[in-house]
Amino acid sequence: MNPLLQLSGFWHGFIVLLTLVSIAGCLWLLFANAKTPGGADTGHVWDDDLREYNNPLPRWWLVLFVLTVVFALGYLAFYPGLGNFAGRLQWSSGGQMQQQLAQVEQARSQRYAALASRPIPANATDPEARALGRGLFMANCAGCHGADAQGALGFPNLADKDWLYGGDPDAILASIRDGRAGQMPNFNALLKPEAVDDLVRTVRGWSDPALPAEVRERGMKQYAFTCAACHGPEGRGNPAIGVPNLTDATWLHGGSYESVRQSILFGRRSNMPAHRDLLSDEEIHLLAAYVYGLAEAP
Amino acid sequence: MKHEILEKNVVLLAVLILAAISIGGLVEIIPLMNQKAATQPSAGLVPRTPLEVAGRDVYIREGCYNCHSQMVRSLHEEVMRYGPAGQAGESVWDHPFQWGSKRTGPDLSRIGGRYSDDWHRIHLNNPRDVVPESNMPAYRWLTEQPVDGAEVASMMRALRLAGVPYGDADIAGAAEAVAGKNQMNALIAYLQSLRAPRPPAGPQRTAAAAAASPATGEQP
Repeated sequence: MNPLLQLSGFWHGFIVLLTLVSIAGCLWLLFANAKTPGGADTGHVWDDDLREYNNPLPRWWLVLFVLTVVFALGYLAFYPGLGNFAGRLQWSSGGQMQQQLAQVEQARSQRYAALASRPIPANATDPEARALGRGLFMANCAGCHGADAQGALGFPNLADKDWLYGGDPDAILASIRDGRAGQMPNFNALLKPEAVDDLVRTVRGWSDPALPAEVRERGMKQYAFTCAACHGPEGRGNPAIGVPNLTDATWLHGGSYESVRQSILFGRRSNMPAHRDLLSDEEIHLLAAYVYGLAEAP
Repeated sequence: MKHEILEKNVVLLAVLILAAISIGGLVEIIPLMNQKAATQPSAGLVPRTPLEVAGRDVYIREGCYNCHSQMVRSLHEEVMRYGPAGQAGESVWDHPFQWGSKRTGPDLSRIGGRYSDDWHRIHLNNPRDVVPESNMPAYRWLTEQPVDGAEVASMMRALRLAGVPYGDADIAGAAEAVAGKNQMNALIAYLQSLRAPRPPAGPQRTAAAAAASPATGEQP
C-alpha cells in the first residue's frame, strides 16, 4: 500500500472498532425487538378505542436485514474498508486504473508501433491511421485549429497548402513535438506616420495592379528598409522561421487595412505549445500524418 | 431498552439519534483528516505566485467551478483524456479547493501548457472566436479590471494562516509582482499553473523563484 495512505494504529483501531461495534449494534437492536411477544399492544390509545399493536417484525424483513449484515461482513473481508486492512482481493481503485491502462496500452502498442514505423505520407492515406489521427486531433488540436482544421484568426488553417513553417512531414512533426513561437516585432516607434499608410497599402495590394504606382514605390522603399530582412525582398516569407508570405490571400491575423496596420505598428505573437510531454511519439507520428493528409492527400 | 423510555425523554432520544447518524462521518471523514495522503503536499507542489493567487480569486468570483471541475478521477478513460489522476495532496494549499462537481466544460486541472497565453486571451474574450461550437460565456470585462496589489497581499496573508508556506518576502513582493497586470493576465497565469505537480529534480522552487520565471504556455 502507498505509505501515504497508511493510517496510524489509533485511527486504524478507531475505524475497525466503530464499524464492527455498529454492525453488532444493528444485530442486537434487531433481535432485541424481534423477541417482542405477539398480540401485546404498546398502550397507546387514540380516539377512545384505536390501539397500536406491538407485533414482531415480519420474517421476510428480518431475513433481509440479516442478509445485509452478512453482505457487509463479506464486503469488509474482500474489499478495503476496515482501516489498513486491504481486503482479501487486494483491490484498490488506483490499482484497477493501472490495470485498465495497461490493457489499453497492450491492445494498442502493437498497432501503434506498426503504424508509427511507416512513413508519414503512407499513413496519411491509410484509413485506420487517419481515424486514429483524427481522434487525437479532436482531443488535442481542435481547440485552436478548429474541428475542421481551418483555424481561426491568429491560429493557422491546417487544411490548405499554405504552411507557415513548411508542410513536409518533418516540419509538421517538429511543430507538434517542440511547438512554435512566432514573433512579429512592433514598428510603432520606427515608422513615420505618413509612411505607415503607404506600407499598409503596398503590403495589402502586393498583387493588385490597381495600386497607384507612386504608393507602391514609396511603400516598397519603406518595405526594403524595415520588412524585407524577414519577409524577403519578394515578400514570399521564410518557412524556416515561420515568416508568412505577404503576396497571397492568407492572412493569419486578418487582412483588413486595420488588421495589417495593427500587425505592423504593434507586432504579433503566436505560440504553438510543445506536445512532447503530452503525447507519446507514436501519437505524434499519427497526428502528423493526419495533418499532412488534410492538405497534401485529401 | 423499552421504547417508552426513549419516547418520553426527548433529550435522550436526540442524543442517541445524533450518535447513530454520526457513525458514518466518524468512520469515513475524521480518520481522513489524519491521513498523510490528504494532509501532506504532493511532491513538487509549488505555492502559487501572487499573480496566480489573484487569478484564482477571479476564477472563484466568476463561478468557473460551476461548469469546470479540477479533479481527474482515477478512471483510465479520464487519465487518457486529461492526464495523471488527481491526488488529495495537490489541494492541501488550495483554500477552498476547486474540485468542482459538474462538467459542462472540460476538467481544468491539467490545462496548463496545453494552450498559448494568446489562445486563452482570445478564448476568454469570446470563446466562439476559436471554438465555434462552444457555449461558454464571454468574460471580456476582465481586461478592464486591474489587479489590486494590496488585496493580493492580504489574500496571501490569509492563505499563510491556513498553512500555505509563504514567507514575509513573498507577501511583501506581492504588490510589485502584480503591478500593471489586469484580471485577464491573472486568470491566464492561474490557468497556465494548473498542471500535475512534478517531483523536483533539483532544489525546491519557491514562490519568489516561480514569480521570476512564471509558468506560461510558451515555456513549459
